[in-house]
Amino acid sequence: MVAIVDYGVGNLFSLVSSFKAIGVDAVATGDKEVIESADKIILPGVGAFGDAAEKLFSSGLADVVISQAKSGKPLLGICLGMQLLFDKSFEYGAHKGLSLIKGEIRPIAEVIPKDYKIPHIGWNALKFTKQNELFKYLKDGDFVYFVHSFYGANCNDSVIATAEYGADLTAAVADKNVYGCQFHPEKSGEIGLKILKAFCEL
Amino acid sequence: MITKRIIPCLDVKDGRVVKGVNFKGLADVSSPVELGKFYSDNGADELVFYDITASAEGRALFTDILKEVARTIFIPLTVGGGINTLNDFDRVLKCGADKVSVNSGAIRNPDLIYQAAKRYGDQCVVLSADVKRVDGVFRVFAKGGRENTGMEAIEWIKRGVDNGAGEIVLNSIDTDGVKNGFDLEMLSAVCDVVSVPVIASGGAGNKQHFIELFNTLPKVDAGLAASIFHFGEVDIYDLKKTLKNSGVPVRL
Repeated sequence: MVAIVDYGVGNLFSLVSSFKAIGVDAVATGDKEVIESADKIILPGVGAFGDAAEKLFSSGLADVVISQAKSGKPLLGICLGMQLLFDKSFEYGAHKGLSLIKGEIRPIAEVIPKDYKIPHIGWNALKFTKQNELFKYLKDGDFVYFVHSFYGANCNDSVIATAEYGADLTAAVADKNVYGCQFHPEKSGEIGLKILKAFCEL
Repeated sequence: MITKRIIPCLDVKDGRVVKGVNFKGLADVSSPVELGKFYSDNGADELVFYDITASAEGRALFTDILKEVARTIFIPLTVGGGINTLNDFDRVLKCGADKVSVNSGAIRNPDLIYQAAKRYGDQCVVLSADVKRVDGVFRVFAKGGRENTGMEAIEWIKRGVDNGAGEIVLNSIDTDGVKNGFDLEMLSAVCDVVSVPVIASGGAGNKQHFIELFNTLPKVDAGLAASIFHFGEVDIYDLKKTLKNSGVPVRL
């Protein structure tokens, strides 16, 4: 069973549905015991980093996610959920993250050319920078759906894929059993479902 | 490299797609789920569902349908029609919509965009504008293009973006239904003043019109159309292949 951590940020309908579509039992939950009994954990998230981090820490779910990840359970952060795995973010102030991935979240405006639109929204191609189990059903250049204005910086050791948007932006990270996708696998058609399937098979 | 998006728009009334048509291998062409799946399998980058139902019953039906679509199709879904309050945002987002498109609702209550963007994020709020030339000036029309609001369109759209709209759908009433190509002049005027993605709507009659759109206006991010897809005049997969061969980046 996959536990999708529900800490009151965004709607999880599509995410739950996408696991059902690949025949995997998934539940959106804020219950510590359910998360602890799951085989895999998804950390979702949309919106602003500061609000989300505040909700995650104040609910006590941050500690659950951290201890589960440290125990070796596969964890996948999606979009803002990926960003929350990092040490800190500079989205409207400085905020502390879960420190499961070394690095920080910075505005894409710092690295992309001025005439590029923000947010980076739409379908972009993945460039693999390292081989990883998460992409075992994919090929280099497969398209996934992005919506974001901030990106993972100073995280070279854990980057496994980038997407070109005037600069090579961090698209996915991995450090042992902790994974993160900046894009939305649950909105990336067949390719996205293949990523979730690979994650479930870890 | 980010790709240009091709977006079919489905008008839904009482839970059924109107203007439904004939596709080979599709048993029920007016089923939003079947038609949506067909487009998704054919390379559509996103789907727009427009609720043109007037009754409360029909509205409830629409959200049921939307859930069914979100259970089956895993590409971004935008929902519009009858979005007047934050409760309307909530209603469709809970059923699996990723973005919500506001039009007349934002004209009646300009604060709606700001409030929705604050609660759900800019990326969630799409400002859809029906625009028509009146005495040489771009004017915003309300109520499905029937009523001239008197507002200057470029200023209106700019204000919408300042208030938090994360995307613009620009529908030119002047070119809509004419099938003579997108309204490049109007689109260019909007692209010049906003920094968020612009989706072109109104006027596409054939593949060439999409090539012309993206080649003439590189700042336009997506092309939206309804009937030419529904009636099979343009096949999305074929369109994207043609775009790719013309040097337009697309997802294939």
